[in-house]
Amino acid sequence: MVFDLTDILPALPEMILATLALVLVLVAAYGGESARNAQRVTRIALGGIVLALALIWSSSVGNETAFGGMFRADSFAGYMKILVLLGTFCALYMSITPLAKDDINKPEFALLVMLALVGMMLMISANDLMSLYMAVELQSLPLYVVAAMRTNSLRSSEAGLKYFLLGALSSGMLLYGASLVYGFAGTTSFSGIAAAVSADQLPVVFIVGMVFMVSGIAFKISAAPFHMWTPDVYQGSPSPVTALFAIAPKVAAMALMMRLTYGAFGSIEAEWSQVLVALSIASMVVGALGAIMQTDIKRMMAYSSIAHMGYALAGLAAGTQQGALGVMIYMTGYIFMGAGAFAIILLMRRDGQSATRVADLQGLSRTHPTLALGLMIMMFSMAGIPPLAGFFGKWYVFLAAVNAGLVPLAVIGVVMSVVGAFYYLRIIKIMYFEDADEPLDAEIPVANKLVLGVSIAVILLFFIGLSPLLETAGFAADALMAQL
Amino acid sequence: MLELTLNHYLAVSAILFALGIFGIFLNRKNVITILMSIELMLLAVNINMVAFSAYGNNLEGQIFSLFILTVAAAEAAIGLAILVVFFRNRGSIAVEDVNILKG
Repeated sequence: MVFDLTDILPALPEMILATLALVLVLVAAYGGESARNAQRVTRIALGGIVLALALIWSSSVGNETAFGGMFRADSFAGYMKILVLLGTFCALYMSITPLAKDDINKPEFALLVMLALVGMMLMISANDLMSLYMAVELQSLPLYVVAAMRTNSLRSSEAGLKYFLLGALSSGMLLYGASLVYGFAGTTSFSGIAAAVSADQLPVVFIVGMVFMVSGIAFKISAAPFHMWTPDVYQGSPSPVTALFAIAPKVAAMALMMRLTYGAFGSIEAEWSQVLVALSIASMVVGALGAIMQTDIKRMMAYSSIAHMGYALAGLAAGTQQGALGVMIYMTGYIFMGAGAFAIILLMRRDGQSATRVADLQGLSRTHPTLALGLMIMMFSMAGIPPLAGFFGKWYVFLAAVNAGLVPLAVIGVVMSVVGAFYYLRIIKIMYFEDADEPLDAEIPVANKLVLGVSIAVILLFFIGLSPLLETAGFAADALMAQL
Repeated sequence: MLELTLNHYLAVSAILFALGIFGIFLNRKNVITILMSIELMLLAVNINMVAFSAYGNNLEGQIFSLFILTVAAAEAAIGLAILVVFFRNRGSIAVEDVNILKG
Protein backbone atom coordinates (compact mmCIF):
# COMPACT_ATOMS: atom_id res chain seq x y z
CA MET A 1 0.00 0.00 0.00
CA VAL A 2 1.39 3.37 -1.03
CA PHE A 3 0.94 6.14 1.46
CA ASP A 4 -0.55 9.23 -0.08
CA LEU A 5 -0.73 12.47 1.86
CA THR A 6 -4.12 13.39 0.37
CA ASP A 7 -5.48 10.19 1.91
CA ILE A 8 -5.48 11.79 5.36
CA LEU A 9 -6.86 15.19 4.31
CA PRO A 10 -10.46 14.42 5.42
CA ALA A 11 -9.09 14.23 8.97
CA LEU A 12 -7.49 17.68 8.78
CA PRO A 13 -9.53 19.31 11.62
CA GLU A 14 -8.70 16.41 13.95
CA MET A 15 -5.04 16.58 13.04
CA ILE A 16 -4.92 20.33 13.65
CA LEU A 17 -6.52 19.90 17.08
CA ALA A 18 -4.26 16.98 17.98
CA THR A 19 -1.13 18.89 16.95
CA LEU A 20 -2.34 21.92 18.88
CA ALA A 21 -2.89 19.72 21.95
CA LEU A 22 0.71 18.50 21.72
CA VAL A 23 1.96 22.09 21.37
CA LEU A 24 -0.14 23.00 24.42
CA VAL A 25 1.67 20.29 26.39
CA LEU A 26 4.85 22.33 25.89
CA VAL A 27 3.14 25.65 26.63
CA ALA A 28 1.65 24.19 29.80
CA ALA A 29 4.95 22.64 30.88
CA TYR A 30 7.20 25.65 30.21
CA GLY A 31 4.72 28.35 31.22
CA GLY A 32 4.41 27.05 34.77
CA GLU A 33 1.43 26.49 37.04
CA SER A 34 0.37 30.14 37.20
CA ALA A 35 -3.19 31.30 36.58
CA ARG A 36 -2.00 33.44 33.69
CA ASN A 37 -0.55 30.41 31.94
CA ALA A 38 -3.78 28.49 32.50
CA GLN A 39 -5.66 31.34 30.80
CA ARG A 40 -3.17 31.42 27.94
CA VAL A 41 -3.52 27.67 27.32
CA THR A 42 -7.31 27.92 27.40
CA ARG A 43 -7.34 30.83 24.95
CA ILE A 44 -5.09 29.00 22.49
CA ALA A 45 -7.34 25.94 22.79
CA LEU A 46 -10.42 28.08 22.11
CA GLY A 47 -8.69 29.48 19.01
CA GLY A 48 -8.02 25.94 17.81
CA ILE A 49 -11.66 24.99 18.29
CA VAL A 50 -12.81 28.02 16.29
CA LEU A 51 -10.37 27.08 13.50
CA ALA A 52 -11.65 23.50 13.42
CA LEU A 53 -15.25 24.76 13.40
CA ALA A 54 -14.48 27.04 10.45
CA LEU A 55 -12.76 24.21 8.56
CA ILE A 56 -15.66 21.78 9.03
CA TRP A 57 -18.24 24.47 8.31
CA SER A 58 -16.62 25.51 5.03
CA SER A 59 -15.56 22.06 3.82
CA SER A 60 -17.51 20.60 0.93
CA VAL A 61 -19.66 17.76 2.18
CA GLY A 62 -18.49 14.66 0.42
CA ASN A 63 -18.36 11.09 1.52
CA GLU A 64 -14.69 10.53 2.06
CA THR A 65 -12.70 8.01 4.03
CA ALA A 66 -9.18 8.28 5.35
CA PHE A 67 -6.60 6.02 6.98
CA GLY A 68 -7.50 3.05 4.81
CA GLY A 69 -11.23 3.28 5.48
CA MET A 70 -10.94 3.56 9.28
CA PHE A 71 -12.11 7.16 9.33
CA ARG A 72 -15.19 8.48 7.56
CA ALA A 73 -15.91 12.15 6.94
CA ASP A 74 -19.43 12.66 5.60
CA SER A 75 -22.13 15.24 6.18
CA PHE A 76 -23.38 13.31 9.25
CA ALA A 77 -19.90 13.53 10.78
CA GLY A 78 -19.75 17.22 9.89
CA TYR A 79 -23.10 17.96 11.56
CA MET A 80 -22.30 16.10 14.78
CA LYS A 81 -18.76 17.48 14.94
CA ILE A 82 -20.09 21.03 14.74
CA LEU A 83 -22.38 20.26 17.70
CA VAL A 84 -19.52 18.76 19.73
CA LEU A 85 -17.16 21.63 18.90
CA LEU A 86 -19.81 24.21 19.84
CA GLY A 87 -20.54 22.42 23.12
CA THR A 88 -16.87 22.09 24.05
CA PHE A 89 -16.27 25.73 23.11
CA CYS A 90 -19.05 26.89 25.46
CA ALA A 91 -17.83 24.72 28.35
CA LEU A 92 -14.20 25.74 27.91
CA TYR A 93 -15.05 29.42 27.40
CA MET A 94 -16.99 29.52 30.66
CA SER A 95 -14.12 27.83 32.52
CA ILE A 96 -11.74 30.78 32.06
CA THR A 97 -13.91 33.21 33.98
CA PRO A 98 -12.51 34.52 37.26
CA LEU A 99 -15.26 32.67 39.14
CA ALA A 100 -14.33 29.24 37.81
CA LYS A 101 -10.65 29.77 38.45
CA ASP A 102 -10.42 28.41 41.95
CA ASP A 103 -11.99 25.16 40.81
CA ILE A 104 -9.64 24.23 38.03
CA ASN A 105 -6.89 26.80 38.01
CA LYS A 106 -4.45 24.65 36.06
CA PRO A 107 -3.04 24.81 32.54
CA GLU A 108 -3.56 21.09 31.96
CA PHE A 109 -7.34 21.43 32.11
CA ALA A 110 -7.76 22.93 28.63
CA LEU A 111 -5.07 20.60 27.34
CA LEU A 112 -6.90 17.48 28.52
CA VAL A 113 -10.19 18.82 27.18
CA MET A 114 -8.53 19.27 23.78
CA LEU A 115 -7.35 15.65 23.78
CA ALA A 116 -10.83 14.47 24.76
CA LEU A 117 -12.26 16.66 21.99
CA VAL A 118 -10.05 14.94 19.39
CA GLY A 119 -11.29 11.61 20.77
CA MET A 120 -14.91 12.73 20.48
CA MET A 121 -14.45 13.85 16.87
CA LEU A 122 -12.76 10.55 16.00
CA MET A 123 -15.67 8.70 17.65
CA ILE A 124 -18.08 10.49 15.34
CA SER A 125 -16.00 9.51 12.33
CA ALA A 126 -15.21 5.95 13.43
CA ASN A 127 -15.65 3.44 10.62
CA ASP A 128 -13.84 0.42 12.01
CA LEU A 129 -13.85 -1.43 15.35
CA MET A 130 -10.23 -0.48 15.96
CA SER A 131 -10.72 3.25 15.35
CA LEU A 132 -13.92 3.04 17.41
CA TYR A 133 -12.07 1.62 20.42
CA MET A 134 -9.09 3.95 20.17
CA ALA A 135 -11.38 6.97 19.81
CA VAL A 136 -13.53 5.96 22.79
CA GLU A 137 -10.43 5.58 24.95
CA LEU A 138 -8.91 8.84 23.72
CA GLN A 139 -12.13 10.54 24.76
CA SER A 140 -12.50 8.74 28.09
CA LEU A 141 -9.01 8.78 29.58
CA PRO A 142 -8.61 12.60 29.68
CA LEU A 143 -12.15 12.97 31.04
CA TYR A 144 -11.38 10.63 33.98
CA VAL A 145 -8.49 12.92 34.92
CA VAL A 146 -10.54 16.08 34.39
CA ALA A 147 -13.24 14.78 36.76
CA ALA A 148 -10.60 14.46 39.51
CA MET A 149 -9.10 17.85 38.65
CA ARG A 150 -9.53 19.40 42.10
CA THR A 151 -6.87 17.25 43.68
CA ASN A 152 -7.44 18.57 47.20
CA SER A 153 -11.18 17.89 47.14
CA LEU A 154 -12.46 14.54 48.35
CA ARG A 155 -15.64 14.84 46.31
CA SER A 156 -13.81 15.54 43.08
CA SER A 157 -11.36 12.68 43.51
CA GLU A 158 -14.17 10.30 44.43
CA ALA A 159 -16.06 11.38 41.32
CA GLY A 160 -12.95 10.75 39.24
CA LEU A 161 -12.44 7.33 40.80
CA LYS A 162 -16.05 6.25 40.22
CA TYR A 163 -16.01 7.58 36.68
CA PHE A 164 -12.80 5.74 35.98
CA LEU A 165 -13.91 2.38 37.41
CA LEU A 166 -17.29 2.31 35.66
CA GLY A 167 -15.85 3.79 32.47
CA ALA A 168 -13.17 1.12 32.34
CA LEU A 169 -15.81 -1.56 32.93
CA SER A 170 -17.85 -0.18 30.03
CA SER A 171 -14.80 -0.12 27.74
CA GLY A 172 -14.21 -3.75 28.68
CA MET A 173 -17.76 -4.66 27.72
CA LEU A 174 -17.53 -2.70 24.48
CA LEU A 175 -14.30 -4.47 23.67
CA TYR A 176 -15.58 -7.96 24.48
CA GLY A 177 -18.53 -7.32 22.18
CA ALA A 178 -16.15 -6.02 19.51
CA SER A 179 -14.06 -9.20 19.75
CA LEU A 180 -17.12 -11.42 19.23
CA VAL A 181 -18.37 -9.31 16.33
CA TYR A 182 -14.92 -9.35 14.75
CA GLY A 183 -14.60 -13.10 15.26
CA PHE A 184 -17.80 -13.90 13.42
CA ALA A 185 -17.53 -11.25 10.71
CA GLY A 186 -13.83 -11.92 10.11
CA THR A 187 -13.15 -8.23 9.67
CA THR A 188 -13.13 -5.10 11.78
CA SER A 189 -14.44 -2.64 9.19
CA PHE A 190 -18.06 -1.55 9.58
CA SER A 191 -18.93 -2.20 5.93
CA GLY A 192 -17.32 -5.65 6.15
CA ILE A 193 -19.36 -6.47 9.26
CA ALA A 194 -22.58 -5.28 7.61
CA ALA A 195 -21.83 -7.42 4.56
CA ALA A 196 -20.90 -10.49 6.61
CA VAL A 197 -24.25 -10.95 8.37
CA SER A 198 -27.79 -11.07 7.10
CA ALA A 199 -31.02 -11.19 9.06
CA ASP A 200 -31.97 -14.78 8.10
CA GLN A 201 -28.77 -16.51 9.23
CA LEU A 202 -27.53 -14.90 12.36
CA PRO A 203 -25.20 -16.63 14.85
CA VAL A 204 -26.26 -16.14 18.49
CA VAL A 205 -22.75 -15.12 19.44
CA PHE A 206 -22.91 -12.26 16.96
CA ILE A 207 -26.06 -10.96 18.65
CA VAL A 208 -24.36 -11.31 22.04
CA GLY A 209 -21.46 -9.28 20.69
CA MET A 210 -23.84 -6.65 19.36
CA VAL A 211 -25.63 -6.38 22.73
CA PHE A 212 -22.29 -6.03 24.57
CA MET A 213 -21.20 -3.24 22.22
CA VAL A 214 -24.49 -1.37 22.52
CA SER A 215 -24.34 -1.71 26.34
CA GLY A 216 -20.78 -0.39 26.37
CA ILE A 217 -21.83 2.73 24.47
CA ALA A 218 -24.99 3.01 26.60
CA PHE A 219 -22.62 3.50 29.57
CA LYS A 220 -21.02 6.43 27.76
CA ILE A 221 -24.35 8.12 27.00
CA SER A 222 -25.52 7.22 30.54
CA ALA A 223 -28.65 5.40 29.45
CA ALA A 224 -30.36 3.44 32.24
CA PRO A 225 -29.63 0.76 33.50
CA PHE A 226 -26.03 1.83 32.87
CA HIS A 227 -26.46 5.28 34.42
CA MET A 228 -25.16 4.61 37.98
CA TRP A 229 -22.06 6.76 37.60
CA THR A 230 -23.81 9.82 36.22
CA PRO A 231 -25.31 11.51 39.32
CA ASP A 232 -22.19 10.96 41.44
CA VAL A 233 -19.81 12.19 38.75
CA TYR A 234 -21.95 15.24 37.94
CA GLN A 235 -22.21 16.18 41.60
CA GLY A 236 -18.60 15.54 42.58
CA SER A 237 -16.78 17.07 39.63
CA PRO A 238 -15.96 20.79 39.60
CA SER A 239 -18.89 22.68 37.98
CA PRO A 240 -17.10 23.69 34.73
CA VAL A 241 -16.19 20.01 34.26
CA THR A 242 -19.79 18.96 34.89
CA ALA A 243 -20.87 21.47 32.24
CA LEU A 244 -18.52 19.83 29.77
CA PHE A 245 -19.68 16.30 30.69
CA ALA A 246 -23.30 17.30 30.27
CA ILE A 247 -22.83 18.75 26.81
CA ALA A 248 -20.14 17.33 24.57
CA PRO A 249 -19.35 13.63 25.27
CA LYS A 250 -23.04 12.66 25.24
CA VAL A 251 -23.45 13.99 21.70
CA ALA A 252 -20.31 12.20 20.53
CA ALA A 253 -21.34 8.89 22.10
CA MET A 254 -24.82 9.21 20.62
CA ALA A 255 -23.26 9.77 17.20
CA LEU A 256 -21.12 6.68 17.70
CA MET A 257 -24.21 4.68 18.64
CA MET A 258 -25.87 5.84 15.42
CA ARG A 259 -22.84 4.97 13.31
CA LEU A 260 -22.66 1.52 14.82
CA THR A 261 -26.35 0.63 14.65
CA TYR A 262 -27.15 2.18 11.27
CA GLY A 263 -23.80 1.18 9.78
CA ALA A 264 -22.17 -2.00 11.04
CA PHE A 265 -25.42 -3.54 12.30
CA GLY A 266 -27.62 -1.97 9.62
CA SER A 267 -28.75 -5.34 8.30
CA ILE A 268 -30.03 -6.62 11.66
CA GLU A 269 -32.12 -3.62 12.62
CA ALA A 270 -34.84 -5.77 14.20
CA GLU A 271 -32.35 -7.11 16.78
CA TRP A 272 -30.81 -3.88 18.05
CA SER A 273 -34.09 -2.01 17.88
CA GLN A 274 -35.43 -4.14 20.78
CA VAL A 275 -32.34 -3.39 22.87
CA LEU A 276 -32.68 0.34 22.22
CA VAL A 277 -36.40 0.29 23.08
CA ALA A 278 -35.56 -1.29 26.46
CA LEU A 279 -32.75 1.21 27.10
CA SER A 280 -34.98 4.08 26.07
CA ILE A 281 -37.90 3.15 28.35
CA ALA A 282 -35.58 2.50 31.30
CA SER A 283 -33.80 5.83 30.82
CA MET A 284 -37.00 7.85 30.50
CA VAL A 285 -38.45 6.28 33.68
CA VAL A 286 -35.25 6.49 35.74
CA GLY A 287 -34.55 10.04 34.56
CA ALA A 288 -38.04 11.33 35.29
CA LEU A 289 -38.54 9.62 38.66
CA GLY A 290 -34.95 9.89 39.91
CA ALA A 291 -34.79 13.66 39.54
CA ILE A 292 -37.84 14.36 41.68
CA MET A 293 -36.17 13.82 45.04
CA GLN A 294 -32.86 15.51 44.27
CA THR A 295 -31.73 18.46 46.36
CA ASP A 296 -28.51 19.19 44.46
CA ILE A 297 -29.04 20.90 41.12
CA LYS A 298 -26.06 19.18 39.47
CA ARG A 299 -27.47 15.81 40.53
CA MET A 300 -30.83 16.85 39.16
CA MET A 301 -29.23 17.80 35.84
CA ALA A 302 -27.64 14.33 35.77
CA TYR A 303 -31.05 12.65 35.97
CA SER A 304 -32.38 15.17 33.48
CA SER A 305 -29.66 14.17 31.01
CA ILE A 306 -30.46 10.47 31.57
CA ALA A 307 -34.05 11.23 30.62
CA HIS A 308 -32.96 13.25 27.57
CA MET A 309 -30.85 10.32 26.37
CA GLY A 310 -33.91 8.10 26.78
CA TYR A 311 -35.97 10.39 24.52
CA ALA A 312 -33.22 10.52 21.92
CA LEU A 313 -32.88 6.73 21.97
CA ALA A 314 -36.61 6.48 21.24
CA GLY A 315 -35.91 8.10 17.87
CA LEU A 316 -32.90 5.90 17.28
CA ALA A 317 -34.89 2.74 18.09
CA ALA A 318 -37.11 3.53 15.10
CA GLY A 319 -34.15 2.65 12.91
CA THR A 320 -35.29 4.86 10.05
CA GLN A 321 -33.95 7.95 8.31
CA GLN A 322 -36.62 9.93 10.15
CA GLY A 323 -35.35 8.54 13.46
CA ALA A 324 -31.80 9.63 12.73
CA LEU A 325 -33.10 13.07 11.77
CA GLY A 326 -35.07 13.28 15.03
CA VAL A 327 -32.02 12.39 17.12
CA MET A 328 -29.95 15.05 15.36
CA ILE A 329 -32.60 17.75 15.97
CA TYR A 330 -32.85 16.58 19.59
CA MET A 331 -29.09 16.77 20.09
CA THR A 332 -28.99 20.26 18.55
CA GLY A 333 -31.46 21.54 21.11
CA TYR A 334 -29.80 19.51 23.88
CA ILE A 335 -26.39 21.19 23.65
CA PHE A 336 -27.90 24.67 23.80
CA MET A 337 -30.20 23.77 26.72
CA GLY A 338 -27.21 22.26 28.55
CA ALA A 339 -24.93 25.22 27.82
CA GLY A 340 -27.58 27.73 28.90
CA ALA A 341 -28.50 25.89 32.11
CA PHE A 342 -24.88 25.42 33.12
CA ALA A 343 -24.06 29.07 32.35
CA ILE A 344 -26.37 29.81 35.29
CA ILE A 345 -25.38 26.85 37.50
CA LEU A 346 -21.75 28.00 37.25
CA LEU A 347 -22.83 31.35 38.71
CA MET A 348 -24.46 29.78 41.76
CA ARG A 349 -22.02 31.00 44.38
CA ARG A 350 -22.33 32.52 47.81
CA ASP A 351 -19.32 34.43 49.21
CA GLY A 352 -17.21 32.92 46.46
CA GLN A 353 -18.07 29.34 47.44
CA SER A 354 -20.05 27.30 44.95
CA ALA A 355 -23.60 26.70 46.23
CA THR A 356 -25.35 24.10 44.13
CA ARG A 357 -28.35 23.12 46.26
CA VAL A 358 -31.68 23.57 44.50
CA ALA A 359 -32.74 25.65 47.51
CA ASP A 360 -29.96 28.13 46.75
CA LEU A 361 -32.06 29.31 43.80
CA GLN A 362 -34.73 30.70 46.16
CA GLY A 363 -35.71 34.24 45.31
CA LEU A 364 -33.53 34.38 42.21
CA SER A 365 -36.27 36.29 40.40
CA ARG A 366 -35.83 39.22 42.81
CA THR A 367 -32.05 39.22 43.16
CA HIS A 368 -31.12 38.34 39.54
CA PRO A 369 -34.23 38.71 37.33
CA THR A 370 -32.38 38.08 34.04
CA LEU A 371 -30.79 34.86 35.30
CA ALA A 372 -34.14 33.64 36.60
CA LEU A 373 -35.75 34.39 33.24
CA GLY A 374 -32.92 32.57 31.43
CA LEU A 375 -33.14 29.50 33.66
CA MET A 376 -36.92 29.52 33.26
CA ILE A 377 -36.57 29.39 29.46
CA MET A 378 -34.06 26.52 29.75
CA MET A 379 -36.36 24.58 32.10
CA PHE A 380 -39.41 25.14 29.87
CA SER A 381 -37.41 23.97 26.88
CA MET A 382 -36.19 20.85 28.70
CA ALA A 383 -39.75 20.09 29.74
CA GLY A 384 -40.72 20.29 26.06
CA ILE A 385 -43.03 23.31 26.05
CA PRO A 386 -43.70 24.62 22.52
CA PRO A 387 -42.36 26.59 20.67
CA LEU A 388 -38.97 26.09 22.34
CA ALA A 389 -36.16 23.91 21.02
CA GLY A 390 -36.82 21.00 23.38
CA PHE A 391 -40.35 20.63 22.04
CA PHE A 392 -39.22 20.17 18.42
CA GLY A 393 -36.61 17.60 19.45
CA LYS A 394 -39.23 15.54 21.29
CA TRP A 395 -41.74 16.02 18.45
CA TYR A 396 -39.42 14.58 15.80
CA VAL A 397 -38.18 11.60 17.83
CA PHE A 398 -41.68 10.57 18.91
CA LEU A 399 -42.96 11.10 15.35
CA ALA A 400 -40.27 8.75 14.07
CA ALA A 401 -41.11 6.19 16.76
CA VAL A 402 -44.82 6.28 15.92
CA ASN A 403 -44.16 5.99 12.19
CA ALA A 404 -41.96 2.97 12.83
CA GLY A 405 -44.81 1.29 14.73
CA LEU A 406 -43.37 1.86 18.21
CA VAL A 407 -46.56 3.48 19.54
CA PRO A 408 -46.25 2.15 23.15
CA LEU A 409 -42.71 3.58 23.34
CA ALA A 410 -43.94 6.99 22.21
CA VAL A 411 -46.82 6.89 24.70
CA ILE A 412 -44.47 6.04 27.58
CA GLY A 413 -42.19 8.83 26.38
CA VAL A 414 -44.95 11.43 26.41
CA VAL A 415 -46.18 10.31 29.86
CA MET A 416 -42.65 10.43 31.24
CA SER A 417 -42.03 13.89 29.84
CA VAL A 418 -45.12 15.05 31.74
CA VAL A 419 -43.71 13.50 34.92
CA GLY A 420 -40.38 15.14 34.13
CA ALA A 421 -42.06 18.52 33.73
CA PHE A 422 -42.74 18.38 37.49
CA TYR A 423 -39.16 18.89 38.56
CA TYR A 424 -38.43 21.45 35.87
CA LEU A 425 -41.44 23.46 37.02
CA ARG A 426 -40.36 23.02 40.64
CA ILE A 427 -37.14 24.91 39.83
CA ILE A 428 -39.24 27.74 38.39
CA LYS A 429 -41.48 27.75 41.46
CA ILE A 430 -38.45 27.93 43.76
CA MET A 431 -36.98 30.82 41.78
CA TYR A 432 -40.17 32.87 41.55
CA PHE A 433 -42.30 32.09 44.59
CA GLU A 434 -39.87 31.42 47.45
CA ASP A 435 -37.83 33.92 49.41
CA ALA A 436 -34.07 33.76 49.81
CA ASP A 437 -32.27 34.06 53.16
CA GLU A 438 -29.21 35.42 51.44
CA PRO A 439 -28.78 36.34 47.75
CA LEU A 440 -26.27 34.68 45.48
CA ASP A 441 -23.15 36.59 44.45
CA ALA A 442 -23.86 39.39 41.99
CA GLU A 443 -20.83 39.08 39.74
CA ILE A 444 -21.67 37.76 36.25
CA PRO A 445 -18.66 37.24 33.96
CA VAL A 446 -19.01 38.16 30.30
CA ALA A 447 -18.45 34.55 29.16
CA ASN A 448 -21.53 33.32 31.00
CA LYS A 449 -23.56 36.26 29.70
CA LEU A 450 -22.57 35.47 26.13
CA VAL A 451 -23.20 31.73 26.36
CA LEU A 452 -26.50 32.28 28.12
CA GLY A 453 -27.57 34.93 25.61
CA VAL A 454 -26.75 32.80 22.59
CA SER A 455 -28.46 29.75 24.12
CA ILE A 456 -31.62 31.70 24.91
CA ALA A 457 -31.66 33.15 21.39
CA VAL A 458 -31.24 29.73 19.79
CA ILE A 459 -33.90 28.12 21.96
CA LEU A 460 -36.46 30.91 21.52
CA LEU A 461 -35.90 31.26 17.77
CA PHE A 462 -35.49 27.56 17.05
CA PHE A 463 -38.75 27.44 15.09
CA ILE A 464 -37.57 30.17 12.68
CA GLY A 465 -34.45 28.26 11.71
CA LEU A 466 -36.23 24.95 11.71
CA SER A 467 -36.66 24.45 7.96
CA PRO A 468 -32.99 25.00 6.96
CA LEU A 469 -31.98 22.93 9.99
CA LEU A 470 -34.27 20.11 8.94
CA GLU A 471 -32.80 20.25 5.45
CA THR A 472 -29.20 20.06 6.71
CA ALA A 473 -30.01 17.32 9.22
CA GLY A 474 -31.90 15.49 6.48
CA PHE A 475 -28.80 15.46 4.27
CA ALA A 476 -26.77 14.23 7.24
CA ALA A 477 -29.29 11.48 8.01
CA ASP A 478 -29.22 10.39 4.35
CA ALA A 479 -25.43 10.21 4.51
CA LEU A 480 -25.70 8.10 7.67
CA MET A 481 -28.14 5.71 6.00
CA ALA A 482 -25.98 5.46 2.89
CA GLN A 483 -22.66 5.00 4.66
CA LEU A 484 -22.03 1.44 3.52
CA MET B 1 -5.42 -36.70 22.83
CA LEU B 2 -7.58 -33.62 23.08
CA GLU B 3 -7.32 -31.26 20.14
CA LEU B 4 -7.51 -27.56 20.89
CA THR B 5 -10.23 -25.81 18.94
CA LEU B 6 -11.42 -22.22 18.76
CA ASN B 7 -14.19 -23.01 21.25
CA HIS B 8 -11.67 -23.92 23.96
CA TYR B 9 -10.04 -20.52 23.64
CA LEU B 10 -13.40 -18.78 23.65
CA ALA B 11 -14.43 -20.68 26.79
CA VAL B 12 -11.26 -19.70 28.66
CA SER B 13 -11.71 -16.11 27.59
CA ALA B 14 -15.39 -16.06 28.61
CA ILE B 15 -14.51 -17.48 32.04
CA LEU B 16 -11.76 -14.88 32.54
CA PHE B 17 -14.08 -12.10 31.42
CA ALA B 18 -16.80 -13.26 33.83
CA LEU B 19 -14.22 -13.44 36.64
CA GLY B 20 -13.27 -9.86 35.84
CA ILE B 21 -16.87 -8.66 35.98
CA PHE B 22 -17.59 -10.50 39.22
CA GLY B 23 -14.34 -9.18 40.64
CA ILE B 24 -15.64 -5.66 40.09
CA PHE B 25 -19.13 -6.17 41.47
CA LEU B 26 -18.66 -8.70 44.29
CA ASN B 27 -15.44 -7.31 45.68
CA ARG B 28 -16.12 -5.25 48.82
CA LYS B 29 -12.58 -4.76 50.06
CA ASN B 30 -10.00 -2.96 48.00
CA VAL B 31 -10.02 -0.71 44.95
CA ILE B 32 -6.72 -2.21 43.73
CA THR B 33 -8.57 -5.50 43.28
CA ILE B 34 -11.01 -3.73 40.96
CA LEU B 35 -8.10 -2.40 38.89
CA MET B 36 -6.80 -5.95 38.62
CA SER B 37 -10.24 -7.17 37.56
CA ILE B 38 -10.32 -4.57 34.80
CA GLU B 39 -6.96 -5.80 33.53
CA LEU B 40 -8.32 -9.34 33.60
CA MET B 41 -11.27 -8.32 31.42
CA LEU B 42 -9.03 -6.66 28.86
CA LEU B 43 -6.72 -9.67 28.75
CA ALA B 44 -9.69 -11.99 28.25
CA VAL B 45 -10.61 -9.88 25.23
CA ASN B 46 -7.04 -10.22 23.97
CA ILE B 47 -7.28 -14.02 24.10
CA ASN B 48 -10.48 -13.77 22.06
CA MET B 49 -8.90 -11.48 19.51
CA VAL B 50 -5.77 -13.57 19.01
CA ALA B 51 -7.71 -16.84 18.85
CA PHE B 52 -10.15 -15.47 16.28
CA SER B 53 -7.25 -14.07 14.32
CA ALA B 54 -5.32 -17.36 14.31
CA TYR B 55 -8.31 -19.53 13.46
CA GLY B 56 -9.88 -17.08 11.00
CA ASN B 57 -6.66 -16.51 9.05
CA ASN B 58 -6.66 -12.74 9.20
CA LEU B 59 -4.31 -10.39 11.00
CA GLU B 60 -6.67 -7.70 12.23
CA GLY B 61 -7.28 -9.37 15.59
CA GLN B 62 -3.61 -9.49 16.43
CA ILE B 63 -3.14 -5.83 15.52
CA PHE B 64 -6.21 -5.00 17.60
CA SER B 65 -4.76 -6.86 20.60
CA LEU B 66 -1.57 -4.76 20.40
CA PHE B 67 -3.70 -1.62 20.59
CA ILE B 68 -5.60 -3.06 23.54
CA LEU B 69 -2.36 -3.81 25.40
CA THR B 70 -1.17 -0.24 24.89
CA VAL B 71 -4.43 1.32 26.01
CA ALA B 72 -4.63 -1.03 29.01
CA ALA B 73 -1.25 0.25 30.19
CA ALA B 74 -2.38 3.87 29.86
CA GLU B 75 -5.64 3.08 31.60
CA ALA B 76 -3.86 1.41 34.54
CA ALA B 77 -1.55 4.40 34.89
CA ILE B 78 -4.45 6.85 35.00
CA GLY B 79 -6.43 4.63 37.36
CA LEU B 80 -3.56 4.39 39.82
CA ALA B 81 -2.95 8.14 39.61
CA ILE B 82 -6.58 8.89 40.46
CA LEU B 83 -6.42 6.31 43.24
CA VAL B 84 -3.37 8.03 44.76
CA VAL B 85 -5.22 11.37 44.70
CA PHE B 86 -8.21 9.73 46.35
CA PHE B 87 -6.03 8.13 49.02
CA ARG B 88 -4.45 11.50 49.90
CA ASN B 89 -7.89 12.97 50.52
CA ARG B 90 -9.57 10.00 52.19
CA GLY B 91 -6.71 8.13 53.85
CA SER B 92 -8.12 4.81 52.69
CA ILE B 93 -8.71 2.88 49.50
CA ALA B 94 -11.34 0.48 50.84
CA VAL B 95 -14.33 0.16 48.52
CA GLU B 96 -16.74 0.89 51.37
CA ASP B 97 -15.05 4.25 51.94
CA VAL B 98 -15.84 5.46 48.41
CA ASN B 99 -19.20 6.67 49.67
CA ILE B 100 -19.28 10.46 50.02
CA LEU B 101 -21.42 11.07 46.94
CA LYS B 102 -24.89 9.63 47.13
CA GLY B 103 -28.44 10.81 47.02
